[in-house]
Amino acid sequence: MVNTKVELCGITMDNPVVPASGTFGFGYEFAELYDINCLGTFSFKGTTKEPRFGNPTPRIAECEMGMINAVGLQNPGVDAVISTELPKLKACFNKPVMANVSGFSVEDYAYTCERLDSCEQIGWFEVNVSCPNVHGGGMSFGTSPEAAAEVTKAVKGVTTKPVIIKLSPNVTDIVSIAKACEEAGADGISMINTLLGMRIDLKTKKPVIANKMGGFSGPAIKPVALRMVYQVFEAVEIPIVGMGGISSAEDVIEMMLAGATAVEVGAANLVDPFACRDIINDLPRVMEKYGINSLKDIIGGAH
Amino acid sequence: MKQQIMKILSNEKIAKDIMKMVLEGDTSSLTKPGQFINIKLSGKYLRRPISVCDYNENTITIIYKIVGVGTEQMAEMTAGDTLDVLNGLGNGFDTSLSGENPVLIGGGVGVPPMYGVCKELIKNGKRVKVILGFNSKDDVFYKEEFERLGAEVFITTADGSMGTKGFVTDVLKGLDYSYFFTCGPMPMFKAVEGVAKTSGQYSFEERMGCGFGACMGCSCKTKYGNKRICKDGPVLIREEIIW
Repeated sequence: MVNTKVELCGITMDNPVVPASGTFGFGYEFAELYDINCLGTFSFKGTTKEPRFGNPTPRIAECEMGMINAVGLQNPGVDAVISTELPKLKACFNKPVMANVSGFSVEDYAYTCERLDSCEQIGWFEVNVSCPNVHGGGMSFGTSPEAAAEVTKAVKGVTTKPVIIKLSPNVTDIVSIAKACEEAGADGISMINTLLGMRIDLKTKKPVIANKMGGFSGPAIKPVALRMVYQVFEAVEIPIVGMGGISSAEDVIEMMLAGATAVEVGAANLVDPFACRDIINDLPRVMEKYGINSLKDIIGGAH
Repeated sequence: MKQQIMKILSNEKIAKDIMKMVLEGDTSSLTKPGQFINIKLSGKYLRRPISVCDYNENTITIIYKIVGVGTEQMAEMTAGDTLDVLNGLGNGFDTSLSGENPVLIGGGVGVPPMYGVCKELIKNGKRVKVILGFNSKDDVFYKEEFERLGAEVFITTADGSMGTKGFVTDVLKGLDYSYFFTCGPMPMFKAVEGVAKTSGQYSFEERMGCGFGACMGCSCKTKYGNKRICKDGPVLIREEIIW
């Protein structure tokens, strides 16, 4: 009998599989399709201080082996998340959930995290300093070590729960940013957010997406994600939540070998709503195939 | 919503660039006309949302236009091939609001979902008028099918090669009706909105990521708050739409 359990920042998870923020809503809609308690956990829809509609449509473009989105952090705002979304989630999910938080200033991040800190359903914070789709916010904090460290310190100062900083791949040196977050007190790193990309429609000769550019995700970005997780694993002691194009149990294991303690699954949920359930069910078979008894033993195994 | 492998029973051309495909499988998750299915194609990353024209206990009929690489690939499939389908998506039309003599307005590939609406309304004893708008005679499809259901059918073509020359609104203006149901391109919607005399329902189209409400890719603003075209729509009622 293989062991799929891992421990992320002091919390034991039944398996490392985590639906990524923005692809799983607040969970309850997927709970109509299958029992989501099979998940390690999931990262809920990126939450901000105020409600947001997000960007104009079209927000989605297809690519070879992936997709571009420019949703722009549509969410009901932290008050509605606490009063409406989390109670709905509680009815169908009994594990600690990962709270994904975004902001437009250091104070925004701290405010939203402080509000959510008292929600006992929340196990971890995943602080998004890497959204490529919002002007004047998000990614700008994740593109400099100093700004990323400042957000980390501010959030650590108002929360009692583990703080995981979600990093952007759209930088020159992701390792220096990861190290800055670790030094500022981060309990973990999650990576990678989407790669900034675009598509152009040959009929209109204009960008497909109204926002012109958006975040590229899907299987096409997996080699970039693996490379970056591998590099950051060598540089930091804190755990890494790895993601980028993960679509199968084999992908989960590959990402863990690169250095991930837990693994998020994003775009795959949109193509196949049962993707995470199927990956979890398939993990024991693939572990046996590759002679793996316990998943936690393979973290960083490629180094 | 159900995910399943459906078998293609037929796939034939019925007008210029217009294909009709009949799929066999479990249709129990379809409950209303105007819902859609989301089709996975080999080698393509995102699914293709296509509106349902008609369905019964074990078959679904879809009518689609060849507009890009995905629909080109679908057009080449033949009877016996299979498709991975997410079934029973979207809210569909609420036909209970129709009154006694509703009018249905379909433009181009907006025509197919009107067929399911027509069938349900006639089954419920309503007197149904249907206006079908196309660019030209070669684009016209399903006129006889609507007539066979017992509807009074008006055809308009932009070039005048069949029916009334002009647009659906040129016919709509002269009709009396209790309610309207419509699906078609945005310029047609705006024209309908300009002349419609009653309440009604519009079925919208938008680029979708998932098709089942998870990604927020197809959101729109309405007077009743933000809605996802794929999950809270595609059908919106006239009074809630912000134009």
